[in-house]
Amino acid sequence: MGQKTDAAKNDTIKNDALQNDAVISVRDLNVKFHLRGQRLHALRGISLDIHQGESLAIVGESGSGKSVFIKNFIGLLDKNGWIDSGEIWFAGQDLAKLKDEKVWRKIRGGKIAMVMQDPMTSLNPLKTIGWQIAEALKLHQGLAGEAAKNKTAELLSDVGISLPETRMKQYPHEFSGGMRQRVVIAIALACNPEILICDEPTTALDVTIQAQILQLLKDLKEKHHLTTIYITHDLGVVANVADRIAVMYAGDVIEVGTCEEIFFQPKHPYTWSLLSSLPQLAAGEEELYCISGTPPNLFQTIQGDAFAPRNPWALQVDFLYRPPYFEVSPTHKAKTWLLDPRAPKIEPPAAIRRMMELGKQPQARAGRKESADAK
Amino acid sequence: MQNERRNVLLDVRNLSITFGRGTKTFKAVDNVSFHIYKGETFGLVGESGSGKTTIGRAILRIHPTSGGDVLYKGKKINGKLSRAEDYEVIRHMQMIFQDPMASLNERAKVSDIIAEGLMNLQPDLSAKEKKRRVEEALLSVGLLPEFSSRFPHEFSGGQRQRIGIARCLIMNPEFIVADEPISALDVSIRAQVLNLLLRFQKERGLTYLFIAHDLSVVRFVASRVAVIHKGVIVEMANTEQLFSRPLHPYTKALLSAVPIPNPLLEKKKELLIYDPSCHNYESEAPQWTEIEPEHFIWANRPELAQYRKALDL
Repeated sequence: MGQKTDAAKNDTIKNDALQNDAVISVRDLNVKFHLRGQRLHALRGISLDIHQGESLAIVGESGSGKSVFIKNFIGLLDKNGWIDSGEIWFAGQDLAKLKDEKVWRKIRGGKIAMVMQDPMTSLNPLKTIGWQIAEALKLHQGLAGEAAKNKTAELLSDVGISLPETRMKQYPHEFSGGMRQRVVIAIALACNPEILICDEPTTALDVTIQAQILQLLKDLKEKHHLTTIYITHDLGVVANVADRIAVMYAGDVIEVGTCEEIFFQPKHPYTWSLLSSLPQLAAGEEELYCISGTPPNLFQTIQGDAFAPRNPWALQVDFLYRPPYFEVSPTHKAKTWLLDPRAPKIEPPAAIRRMMELGKQPQARAGRKESADAK
Repeated sequence: MQNERRNVLLDVRNLSITFGRGTKTFKAVDNVSFHIYKGETFGLVGESGSGKTTIGRAILRIHPTSGGDVLYKGKKINGKLSRAEDYEVIRHMQMIFQDPMASLNERAKVSDIIAEGLMNLQPDLSAKEKKRRVEEALLSVGLLPEFSSRFPHEFSGGQRQRIGIARCLIMNPEFIVADEPISALDVSIRAQVLNLLLRFQKERGLTYLFIAHDLSVVRFVASRVAVIHKGVIVEMANTEQLFSRPLHPYTKALLSAVPIPNPLLEKKKELLIYDPSCHNYESEAPQWTEIEPEHFIWANRPELAQYRKALDL
């Protein structure tokens, strides 16, 4: 009995700690754009905490607003966009209200660095890669001359490039895609950031290189005590690297939970759809699940749940009222009326049920198709 | 056993493709052999630069070959052909390109893009018949006939890829080279395109050469798979055979890189990296050998002995 209460106490302490150690805390963020004479409501009231030292993956289709969301953290919102309301707390400052470019320059790169999607276009083709890394070192760490050179070589070997002394004298065109992405990561690290944002870091790369880059990012996170944020459209990629996953749809985070919770106990029908459209989870001859229709038009105000028109499991209430967050566990919450106690019990699709089974027996050696073959 | 009775549609024998002239030649594809049965999906997997696209293009007569034979229904189709023969061969084969953003002419209407192949081979087709065929092709890929007067920039990536598929299907091909048809698409749209390709295969009995770098997709669509590394096919087998018992170290490395959407397995996974120096080919050159029925591997004799041991043969 006594032990039980102790455990419960520990849990609450842990939860408090979880809530308090947020490095970035976003509260009810609304971002709008002026586009062709109309207003586009790109982010519709996002609230999300990013904890110290974790790796968070933000997953969603293209156009769901994941890149727009992240761009707010480094003050790089496009000129026709503005923060309509909401707060972004980082190191005691509200980034949503921050307008001073001088302060932004200290945060952008220095505190929060970013690795862009396409390594083919994010490097300057006219400068050697050594010069490009040293530039970041000079601006953010004040290093010059021999010191900068040594540090550049160190960074290059950190990201797994052999012969750094020779390689730093070469130009981007002499590097393959995977190697360029390593250089981009080295530049991001040269700023000595606390938070590293990776915007689709591996989408442009081969599977083998993708696996290596993800492993590298994971190792560097440990070594430099980084908080990492991954943006991706592929749920399959993040299973390895993410501690927590936030699923975005139509400018809102509709489900957030630990990696295990999202994969083994997904609650939102959109998360179900994303997972079941992965070919890795398909069993035998059955057709792959695909989400019908298109994402909603954000020029118009959205009534109810944004996913309802494409959702085969939608309830009537989904078309009328926007669901609030329902808490599944202290770390897991989802915006769907299906979690309301009054909602009918709805069976998730077959692929998700198989995942739930897998989650119950972690020792099972089964991977993707094996579970189906066993039947 | 069953396979012996199946018809071989395409047979590639000792194919080599060389780029450049004189002393500056580069051998992109080296002595590659494989065969594709009628009605199956054959997956060709490798990293970028391994020569997989080059093979696909050489089969379609876009690249000249420098050695070996490509036999289509038993007839040699590489090298010099008369114009009539060329037309005949091309008509039965089509290609779906990788990047739907780059493969459609931005200045042409959808109807013109889709009908272009038709107009080349059947120039005397009436305008009415042409319109009917275009609309039929659009409907079959799930697009509306009204779209035929629009331009490519008005469509999303998934829709563009479907236009690419419609353009290919209007020719009523028997054999399609699908060159990474889904790697440029969002995951949710990938499923649409994959389902579409599989449905057409069932309905029309198409044969696909499916080129990809992602083994997880290939496992879903293909019945047989060949793994290519630097212009050499290192292993070829039935899909399940290859996935359950990979032999060549490069295949193993590729398999280990496939992301598994299961955090428990994925976090424990060990990433293998292929190092070509693990082969000792100085004393004895490797051969293309059938190690068990329908399972081919590129290896020399000591390695074969080792692999046989691993297979318990």
